[in-house]
Amino acid sequence: MIDSPPRDFGFGPDEEMLRDLARKFLDESLPVEKLRVLVAEDHDSVYERHELPRWDEAMWKKIVELGWSGLAVPEEAGGVGFKRVGIVGLVEEAGRHALPSPLVATLNATYVLDETEGASDWLARVAQGTTASLAMTNAEGSWEPSEGGVSAREEGGDLVLDGTAYFVQDAFKAEVLVVAAHCGGDRALCVVPTSSAGITLVPDRIHDLTRDQATIRFEGVRVAKENVVSRDAVGALERAWPSVLVTVAADLVGCAEWQLQTTVQYAKDRKQFDRPIGFFQAVKHPLVNAMLDIDRARSLVYNAACTIDYGDRDEALKAARMAKSAASDAGAFISDRSVQLHGGIGFTWECDVHIFFKRSMHNQALYGDGIYQRSKLAETMIGEI
Amino acid sequence: MSSPNLTAEQIAFQERARAWLEANPAPETDLELPLSPLELATREQVEYYRDWQRRCYEAGLVGADISESYGGHGHSGCQSIANREMSRAGAPFLLNTVGLSMMIPAVLAHGTEEQKRRFVPKALSGEEIWCQGFSEPGAGSDMANQQTMAVRRDDEWVVNGHKVWTSFAQFAKHMILIARTSREHKYDGLSFFLCPVEGHPGVTIKPLVKMTGELGFNEVFFEDCVIDDSLRLDDVGKGWTVAMTVLTHERGAAEGAGGGISSVHPIERLIALARSSMRNGRRASDDPVTRDAIVQQAIAHEGLRQNARRARVPALNDHPMRLRMQQGVLATELEQSCARLGVDIAGARSTLYKHDAAAPENGYWPLAYMNSYGFTISGGSNEIQRNILGERILGMPKSK
Repeated sequence: MIDSPPRDFGFGPDEEMLRDLARKFLDESLPVEKLRVLVAEDHDSVYERHELPRWDEAMWKKIVELGWSGLAVPEEAGGVGFKRVGIVGLVEEAGRHALPSPLVATLNATYVLDETEGASDWLARVAQGTTASLAMTNAEGSWEPSEGGVSAREEGGDLVLDGTAYFVQDAFKAEVLVVAAHCGGDRALCVVPTSSAGITLVPDRIHDLTRDQATIRFEGVRVAKENVVSRDAVGALERAWPSVLVTVAADLVGCAEWQLQTTVQYAKDRKQFDRPIGFFQAVKHPLVNAMLDIDRARSLVYNAACTIDYGDRDEALKAARMAKSAASDAGAFISDRSVQLHGGIGFTWECDVHIFFKRSMHNQALYGDGIYQRSKLAETMIGEI
Repeated sequence: MSSPNLTAEQIAFQERARAWLEANPAPETDLELPLSPLELATREQVEYYRDWQRRCYEAGLVGADISESYGGHGHSGCQSIANREMSRAGAPFLLNTVGLSMMIPAVLAHGTEEQKRRFVPKALSGEEIWCQGFSEPGAGSDMANQQTMAVRRDDEWVVNGHKVWTSFAQFAKHMILIARTSREHKYDGLSFFLCPVEGHPGVTIKPLVKMTGELGFNEVFFEDCVIDDSLRLDDVGKGWTVAMTVLTHERGAAEGAGGGISSVHPIERLIALARSSMRNGRRASDDPVTRDAIVQQAIAHEGLRQNARRARVPALNDHPMRLRMQQGVLATELEQSCARLGVDIAGARSTLYKHDAAAPENGYWPLAYMNSYGFTISGGSNEIQRNILGERILGMPKSK
């Protein structure tokens, strides 16, 4: 039986407490000055030496101790089974601080594992701090659960994986991959440690400084039977998809709010023609428009999370696509204005706005931008063409 | 899951309202009816809608939450249900929208016992229609820049000035009037009056024709018009405070206190239009660009609903007024962009005026589009609203 969704999205004292703790923790451990030093101080490491984007592993250990990475693991598997509406509150804060971490990748992999029957051991490990990422996308970057670049064949009761998974998020931070592989007429879902024999991680060169991304080659990778957690990967991905979309949307909204507040502060401080530039309506009104867009996206994110917690699956997917569309577009707009309204300095490496601009741009594309989501929504709202 | 958590009183009320509306459809008429109350043009139309409001009032659908001492029905939390049911049933709009959504809240909040008993019941029944005198040629978005003067003479006030954009004035008995009683203070120099207009000496009403060709607006001239001091609402100098009460309630009215202007969900309406319109040799509903545009509207529409929901969750609002102050801008611009999209989808048929037999939905889309500017301009234009949002919510320097 489905209860009617609560008017307050189910965002109660527990959710508020976690969000406030997260905000305080991130304000203290990752102020923007520290973020800048971490990811952007050594320009050559990224563009000359092609090193992996940096992240703070000591901080991540504390985050694991705080239990964030296992929040989506259900109680039966030894986790907290936190509601989506609480998780999006947390992820918003991660986005607001542009936190480089495997948090979102692990949450998204967890949602998928939680939609299978056979993954309780792996879910328990995630609850203990194991990090994970989804490997499901083909070379074209398709976000369709039925399309992918890895195949599986049966061999002596095990599966053997060959092929390539593309656009794997924070793969170098993940201990295990959740791989969707073509297997006969089905798709099998396998959990594979990144250290397994036959796996090669090739880093993608990406714009975003706050994550890594990889192309992953599978060459005869053996997967024991107990690590084949589902023979219906498409179903698991489809059922988890609203959660995946709303989590990325929440990151976008948090990121956008930082961009808005930072640009507003600049508009108050920066003087031209003897006035703070925020006096001019050509500056003021676009920032108000950005606020309207961000607030719409934020409301749609909480609605989608609440619909996942309480509603039926079709409604949840629709609500999550709306949230991702609104969040991607709000992110694109404030990103555009954050650079333009910072003027010359906004175009430079020394100004922090590029860090958030690029995290946002990455998230806008991830799992489908606004146009993509609306095209899918039109199929259900208006009908197939 | 239309309405969770209703009280027993509300559930009973909802059932009664639904049953009554089903048993009492709006009377058939040969009149050409306007698409909204703002375009009322003839006495015959007014009498048709006055009769409908009286029936609704007697059925308990108007004044549901107002005390019986002032002619109401004494419920609590039922008026929004009545509005929803009237809208759902596709009932005609309620005629006395200024009386219901502006005058009554102001008088109940600021009026004397005598004023409440004198004015509220007849506004509820529709016997006395009200109009609103806030806008002036020099006081549009800057509403406090009122130039109409009210000068005290013993127990009376003598009013001289000029109001514009006054809907319903040609049919109204009274006007809620804001006028300047002191030139020394901009805001504290304003006072609020319940001013007689119909046949009142010193009051002249001239109709204005809107860009759509429709009537409905008026100019009102005051020349030594005398108002008794007993018709002043709240203290001298408190006019701005009362006006703020009125405008707060007007935003609520936009959500449907007037009863159903359109009974169909606007997005469903757009989709239906797209299905019945051809574009480049196929149905507009199969055109990807049109589909994207419709879904954008749907997302904006859902966003507005979810904003209203989130506004009531303090933990999800960093600033208590941030969402509330956006609602007017968002709602009026959504209405405008929806209507504009309807014009686009209707294509060649969007050229047709209402009552042309081939006009889709009786010419609704182009008229709704043009009339939508009334809402993005009135009550402080949306440009001014953006200044206020930028200054009060984001803390940017004032643009003046």
